[in-house]
Amino acid sequence: MARNRGQVSFDIDRCKGCELCTTVCPVDIVSIDTRHINQRGYHPATVSESDMDKCIACGNCAVICPDLVIRVQRVA
Amino acid sequence: MPVVFERTRGLTEKEFHFCPGCTHGVIHRLVAEVLEEMNELGNTVGVAPVGCSVLSYQYFNCDMHEAAHGRAPAMATGIKRVLPDRMVFAYQGDGDLASIGTAEIIHAAGRGEKITVIFVNNAIYGMTGGQMAPTTLAGQRTTTSPLGRDPRQVGFPLRVSEMLATIDGAAFIERTSVHDPAHIRKTKKAIRNAFECQKANQGFSMVEILSTCPTNWGMSPLESLDWVKETMMPYYPLGNFRRPEAVTVSGASGGGHA
Repeated sequence: MARNRGQVSFDIDRCKGCELCTTVCPVDIVSIDTRHINQRGYHPATVSESDMDKCIACGNCAVICPDLVIRVQRVA
Repeated sequence: MPVVFERTRGLTEKEFHFCPGCTHGVIHRLVAEVLEEMNELGNTVGVAPVGCSVLSYQYFNCDMHEAAHGRAPAMATGIKRVLPDRMVFAYQGDGDLASIGTAEIIHAAGRGEKITVIFVNNAIYGMTGGQMAPTTLAGQRTTTSPLGRDPRQVGFPLRVSEMLATIDGAAFIERTSVHDPAHIRKTKKAIRNAFECQKANQGFSMVEILSTCPTNWGMSPLESLDWVKETMMPYYPLGNFRRPEAVTVSGASGGGHA
């Protein structure tokens, strides 16, 4: 059976850099982008483009995010 | 592309004022998602408390009212009795519900008011600067118990769910936690069941949710999740303490629209 593939997008300026999403990803691709600072002054969470095809669309990162930063789609 | 998770219509676009990593945001979202899924957003009146969630009337996309400190169940009682066809919920923290509002919550449960209470227990007073709450654990350091809470001097932490579960007017009482995605999904089911209980006129319903306060606990958001699991959960065991036999909802989905 083909595994699910997903696409996550971040509403970067809502992110407060709490890192909760980075600990619940089963394929360990969500990280804090220390090279950028958002409008609020935090390092936002991100998934690098090269890692995105590892996403399995489980939605865990979005489920634990307290600030509704993350949107998850399934890639058909 | 099919959407697995997106922002619920049950919340406004306003950004939360909560500290980074505070799980109030998760709990707000779960309540909003349940109301959206039950198609009750246009039929709901919420009551905001005093405490960190005092501004929740800006976030929930339904009618909201602000109550005096601890008086949310009293106000919800009035709203529900005047408008019995509405869904009415009170959103309260532990300082609000278990301290100044103890009388209101106990008698609302005793009268079997058909309201739903979302009780956020983070074992500390958040908004006022991290003072000891009735729910603060023995040995826990706060600004007013700098050497740790000493039960011989200031008493024992209150287990509110267990207390209310002894009252016959209470139809649904459950304690859950939001320290990981699996428990967040279970919390959503509990909130759904509580609202279904209200819809079926079964009586008073409450979900107590163990939550974090990284700022006043003096921990990182990640350490706070571990603290809930390792320190709070042994004293505040999760589980259902009361439920009517008629109300069982299996259809409540997990997080988001997943």
